[in-house]
Amino acid sequence: MAGMKIRASMAGDAAEVKALMNHVMETGLRKDAKTGEVVPAHHITNVTATLNGKVVLDAQWGGGISKNPYLAFKVKGAKAGDKVKIETLDNKGEKDSAEATIG
Amino acid sequence: MNNERRRILKGAGAASVVTVAMAAGLLKPGAAWAAAWNKAAFEAKDMAGALGGVGGAGATASGQITVKAPDIAENGAVVPVEIISAIPGTERIAIIAEKNGFPLIADFGLMNGAEGYVSTRIKMGATSNVIAIVTAGGKTYKAHKEVKVTIGGCGG
Repeated sequence: MAGMKIRASMAGDAAEVKALMNHVMETGLRKDAKTGEVVPAHHITNVTATLNGKVVLDAQWGGGISKNPYLAFKVKGAKAGDKVKIETLDNKGEKDSAEATIG
Repeated sequence: MNNERRRILKGAGAASVVTVAMAAGLLKPGAAWAAAWNKAAFEAKDMAGALGGVGGAGATASGQITVKAPDIAENGAVVPVEIISAIPGTERIAIIAEKNGFPLIADFGLMNGAEGYVSTRIKMGATSNVIAIVTAGGKTYKAHKEVKVTIGGCGG
């Protein structure tokens, strides 16, 4: 499930961080069209973003976030050259992370 | 026969101990994992459970929150949603899709300079309101926007 991409750039006095993740995001409610069986839940549960090591966003997700999730947020007081890191954890304990420098 | 049964039972017991230990290891607060997962709220199948789970049961309607989403979503599997809160000191934004199997979609904690803004893409099973619950200064506020869904995105 690895393969997250992050882009961070300054927009006025805030940095805008955009991330594209790679995950099936199964709700646990969907039925397989062929077998008719419920597809087990498999989705990201936690997303943490840090700016220069300081947590700025700490989110919990359900399976209602679309497949291959997109997330954007803005951080005031950031400047070009600062480091942004996003880490994710899913309900099976799988982790992913990516880093970017604010441009 | 009886001995065999005991052995199997013992084995099963040992295996479950390992499973519990592994789960405990996963839940141990790691470097960046501040929060656990609010299972009760995310697995609630009704609005009351979802709202209550994020402390939004008594939320006040606010004109300072903008819920940006399309009027009509042809594909309910991918509905772009942007929540903008102009309420000073916004520290949490939760997103709820009223008629989804599991209405609570996400709960964002914002801190250390993060603005009252999140943008993401959500699944919607049917035409309904997308509701934003914003927490600021210990109070909760809400706003919503209706999205008409042509093809539901929750499968099943």
